[in-house]
Amino acid sequence: MDPYLRVDDLRVSFGTADGTVRAVDGVSFAVPRGRTLGVVGESGSGKSVTSLALLGLHDPRRATVTGQITVGGHQLVGRPETEVRRLRGQEMALIFQDPLSALHPYYPVGRQVTEAYRVHHPRAGRAQTRRHVVEMLGRVGIPQPQRRYDQYPHEFSGGMRQRAMIAMALVNGPALLIADEPATALDVTVQAQILDLLADLQAEFDTAIVLISHDLGVVAQVADDVLVMYAGRAVEQGSAEQVLRRPQHPYTWGLLSSVPSLHGDAAVDLAAIPGHPPSLIDVPAGCAFHPRCRYAEHAGGRCRTQRPELTPGGTPGHRMACHLPAVERARRYAEDVVRVGVAR
Amino acid sequence: MLRFLVRRILSAVLTLFAVSVLTFLMFFALPRDPVSGMCPKNCNPERLERVRQELGLRDPLVSQYAGYLKGIVTGRDLGGAQGGRCDAPCLGWSYVNNEAVTDTLARVLPVTLSIVIPAAILWLLLGVGLGMVSALRPGSWWDRAAIGFSLTGASLQLYFVGAVLLLVFVYTLRWLPVPGYTPLSADPLRWASGLVLAWCSLAFLFSAIYARLFRAQMLETLSEDFVRTARAKGLGRTRVYGRHALRAAITPVVTVAGLDVGAALGGTVITETTFGIQGLGRTAVDAVRAGDLPTIMATVLVAAVFVVLANLLVDLLYAVIDPRVRLG
Repeated sequence: MDPYLRVDDLRVSFGTADGTVRAVDGVSFAVPRGRTLGVVGESGSGKSVTSLALLGLHDPRRATVTGQITVGGHQLVGRPETEVRRLRGQEMALIFQDPLSALHPYYPVGRQVTEAYRVHHPRAGRAQTRRHVVEMLGRVGIPQPQRRYDQYPHEFSGGMRQRAMIAMALVNGPALLIADEPATALDVTVQAQILDLLADLQAEFDTAIVLISHDLGVVAQVADDVLVMYAGRAVEQGSAEQVLRRPQHPYTWGLLSSVPSLHGDAAVDLAAIPGHPPSLIDVPAGCAFHPRCRYAEHAGGRCRTQRPELTPGGTPGHRMACHLPAVERARRYAEDVVRVGVAR
Repeated sequence: MLRFLVRRILSAVLTLFAVSVLTFLMFFALPRDPVSGMCPKNCNPERLERVRQELGLRDPLVSQYAGYLKGIVTGRDLGGAQGGRCDAPCLGWSYVNNEAVTDTLARVLPVTLSIVIPAAILWLLLGVGLGMVSALRPGSWWDRAAIGFSLTGASLQLYFVGAVLLLVFVYTLRWLPVPGYTPLSADPLRWASGLVLAWCSLAFLFSAIYARLFRAQMLETLSEDFVRTARAKGLGRTRVYGRHALRAAITPVVTVAGLDVGAALGGTVITETTFGIQGLGRTAVDAVRAGDLPTIMATVLVAAVFVVLANLLVDLLYAVIDPRVRLG
């Protein structure tokens, strides 16, 4: 069976006064129903631009989107706005990072959820809609949903607001959920609750989830598959097990070494990746990561000139874009990452 | 909500009280003898003294103010030549116009209201409409036209615009009668045709500010997360812009509109002069020229009442628009 969401060679660019920003530059992935894809990368790597493209939310006057996005058999790129709109909220829904700014401050929470339901069920009766919305609010773990229905976002706590957002996203039972940093703005304990909730709801609705996060801990907790993005491109892709347990790309090594561990040696400092993500107007030639990569010397100079393609390596299904020869990579990984952590 | 309401109304009342004290003190702060302007021709010291007695100017200041306030609330007796009862709200007697100030105001107030309120509705609709059009298609031909229109409006003076409109529509095309005031209750059509040029000139000049303000606010709101949420729900453009974005972008417009309308109700001197209509503004100017202190005091007080009321209304509207305000 075809995966519910399939993205092929997605490219999103913005024309600016300083030049063309290639925010997403040829990314492909697929997410079947009931599975979660974690998309990881630093800020500016193109994660959020990808999520907006999936819902067709880019302004066509400012952004150029090419490639193929297939949701439940519908091709989205280039489809008229009115048709894409019918899928939004109905077949696919979005959860944002900051639920306070993502909810309208002037309308009661319940009414905002109701609006999301009614736009796709125009003939639904008032009482029946309210019953459904209240039930949905209860299902995402909001206590006293009947009373909370009429309260405003500022009367909700951060975690409750995110629950309300999730209720709004799932009120029409979409098959695809895109969660853009859904837990980042929340306390750690609340974060865990929200992730658990998403997992429960996924099991219940058999939803395909694209989870976007800079936080590898979050991704490790919920993702089945992982896509690592750098400067608008995929640098490593595979199952969560493959990417997080046997990472192949030096950038992924860097990301993993910069995550604090509860089990590690407290005396060992966290290793930050040196330098900054590149400007997307002026992406370095060759491998975009090479100016920050400490192994660029070991690939015979190709890193500077030739752009590495995403190629299979390691176990089946695992792909990475790196010029390092497999043998060299395995040796470096064993010596630098496993034993001492990279970049030290 | 109730506490918010009570607090705002209390503070409005306090402000008005302060203004009334200040305008009352004007009587005494001004270098001019308050009586000289009130005494008609053939003044002699005895008559002046009599006027002083009538006005109670020999009484202590506090009891004079108490009398003034009492006049406003319950009415009072004015002794002397014009004699007799001055009903509440009594704002004193104008020796220049030879009538109770309240009667003068009752005559000119409807005129100013008839000019300002329709004009304000017009300029708000025009300003928000133009701002909306340019915000939806920034950089487009529509946007440029709207900006050009509002720049023109902002850089012109009312007496110029008014004169051009008069020349074209009244004296050349003869589509409209010479401007003037007819009570709305007497003949709505003549009421409107006599004032429509004043409305249009005011709207042209004022809508400029609103168009720019609303455009900027709308552009900012459109980049808010909740607008993105609204689109992600699958809502259509009309609903996203007209409901989600508009309501959030309208607040600063309400603030400025409150200030403008309040100030305009206090007197649209230039408009009234340009179109030869006797409203509150011209009455105030005439009173200043003639040194007619009771009328000056009354017009200042009325203008203050309008500003305070407009601000009160803005506060209440804020609470209606933004539920978060009701907490504060």
